[in-house]
Amino acid sequence: MTRVSKLAAVAALSTLSLAACSSSTTTATTATSASGSGPALSCPAGQITAEGSSAQSNAIQDVIAAYADACASKSKIEYNPTGSGAGIKNFNAGLVDFAGSDSALKADEAATAKTRCKGNAAWDLPMVVGPIAFSYNLSGVGKLVLNADVLAKIFQGKITTWNDPAIAALNSGVTLPSTKITVFYRSDDSGTTENVSKYLKANAPTVWTPDTSKTWKGVGGEGKNKSSGVAEAVKATVGSIGYMEWSYATDNKLGIAQIDTGAGPVELTSANVGKAVEAATVTGTGNDLSLKLDYATKVAGAYPAILVTYEIVCSTGLDSTKSAIVKDFLTYFSSEKGQSSLESLGYAPLPSSLRTKVATAVQAIN
Amino acid sequence: MADEEGPAIATTTETAAPGSSPDRAKDSQPAGSIDLAGVGHAGDITFRALAYIAAFLVVMLVLFVGIFLAVIAAPSLRHNTANFFTSNAWNVTGTTLEFGIAGLLWTTVLSSVVAMVFAVPIAVGTALLVTHYVPPRLGSAIGFVIDLLAAVPSIIFGLWGLKVLGPALAPFYTAVQQALGWIPLFGKGIESTGNVFTASLVLAIMVLPIISAISRDVFAQTPRDHIEAALALGATKWEMVRTAVIPYGRSGVVAASMLGLGRALGETVAVMIILSQTNTGGINPSLFAGGETFASKIANNAAEFDSPAKTGAYIAAGLVLFVVTFAVNALARLIADRKAHQ
Repeated sequence: MTRVSKLAAVAALSTLSLAACSSSTTTATTATSASGSGPALSCPAGQITAEGSSAQSNAIQDVIAAYADACASKSKIEYNPTGSGAGIKNFNAGLVDFAGSDSALKADEAATAKTRCKGNAAWDLPMVVGPIAFSYNLSGVGKLVLNADVLAKIFQGKITTWNDPAIAALNSGVTLPSTKITVFYRSDDSGTTENVSKYLKANAPTVWTPDTSKTWKGVGGEGKNKSSGVAEAVKATVGSIGYMEWSYATDNKLGIAQIDTGAGPVELTSANVGKAVEAATVTGTGNDLSLKLDYATKVAGAYPAILVTYEIVCSTGLDSTKSAIVKDFLTYFSSEKGQSSLESLGYAPLPSSLRTKVATAVQAIN
Repeated sequence: MADEEGPAIATTTETAAPGSSPDRAKDSQPAGSIDLAGVGHAGDITFRALAYIAAFLVVMLVLFVGIFLAVIAAPSLRHNTANFFTSNAWNVTGTTLEFGIAGLLWTTVLSSVVAMVFAVPIAVGTALLVTHYVPPRLGSAIGFVIDLLAAVPSIIFGLWGLKVLGPALAPFYTAVQQALGWIPLFGKGIESTGNVFTASLVLAIMVLPIISAISRDVFAQTPRDHIEAALALGATKWEMVRTAVIPYGRSGVVAASMLGLGRALGETVAVMIILSQTNTGGINPSLFAGGETFASKIANNAAEFDSPAKTGAYIAAGLVLFVVTFAVNALARLIADRKAHQ
């Protein structure tokens, strides 16, 4: 085959494929800097690496970029979303400088971390609050109210159609179709699944009988890969419901169910999520701020299905240049400016009472 | 044909037999002749040594991969409370370890076999068309385009299958499940279109270029004598192809299909994106059910290997895939060699 005819074949194929692309590309949104001055940063030079939770990946990448802007890229920070388990393991092995995790260090992990930090305690600093949205695909239903009991029954296969009396009882005045409910869940182990199961177990322990774990233990339904897979599946299947991080629900323009904790339906907003975080108790001592989230909170207007990711750092014991960068970066992350920038990404900023505690703990890192 | 013809190189003497290389080496420099190749005895030894080392390295690599899989999987297999081959459970976190690959094996084998059922006839048909039915220039153009399919990344195939092919086939799936649902293979599956059938079709498209390329080569090498003989005896085009071309190329096509099957068995990303996981406990034998293959399950959970027991369980699944692919390839070699010696 002559070279000319080969090139002609490639050219023909490329023109055909380009002609098929008709829609205009949407421009990626650039992170807009929040108004107001940021915190005072010392901008040390150097390089640090971190890894861990993928749930906070979007948030931390955005903050890394904003911090680099604020410090004219004097330091280099890398975050690898390999999963909370891998993050803690590699932090304890001394391979990364801090870890991001969906859950605080367990007792044995904390002991290893203490050795890693040369005999000093490791602190869990809550930094990113990710609300979990229960998204649904029902044409003609603009507002859907659900509660933990009904959700648990749906996910355990006990409620199978949308016009079930239990759902209708929460949604008076709304005509629900008789479509079968298709449940989509995360097929990979994830912190989001763990927090959903903790929420369901805390509120409906008789219905949600399996133990809380990162692996989905519901009945029926279909597992999809990552929240993006779940969101796409919900979007494509009428009569489906799934759980995902808030940003995926808004990006795909899916309806988000309002949760009724007993005091009326609560919509998923940053303010309502903040109320739920405030209802959490701090179980750590001193500057270790591991939280025990109250998934069964009855605070009026609080949205209870949330996920908090921690940055796990050495209080002391890291190499001094690295410590300085970790401290400076987390100062920015825990500042008002850093937290408020997360809202556009589908996270909720820390409520101010907790944020000041985190900022104080960050200042104590050395 | 095994002799080195061409320019008269001093190393070939009339008395040298093909197998007696040491003698030829000694006689390589008869008096008054020129060593045109400039290699001599040292080059011979060096090249042979390098070739042996290369082959040794490759064999060692395969062995080490197998040993690595076995060593990491062994502790988890020992502590497994369920039967590894017949159970479909997968509880690998927490204190008790029970895992079994029955469901994984079924979905992997089913999706790959169905992919081959679609891919092989199409690939063979294309190869025959390109070599015997269309003019050579058009034939190589078609072949070139099919080979371009191999350049498409598998994640693109996965996304295309999930978003385009699946929804397009949804009415077909509903119709078949209603009409033929009494046959277990076509029984009731999952609601969405992320089922084994969609995955198999995408796998078929992915292995098509491999099988087609090798089949084309094989069919093009059919001896002219056989073709001319068939035509001289009054055979039509199809009869000629059926009696001269296909029998000659059969072992090559089988080898090509086994290569494609190996690719289909190990395909990871496309299957991970398309196939919906299900957690019903039992194995649904339907083509329209969901499931996971070995490769997709391991890749899906690779980020959360936080305990040795859990890692070992997944590596054990990987070991089964390794053995299955190895067996398939060995079988292919056997079939190809047997045909060659007939």
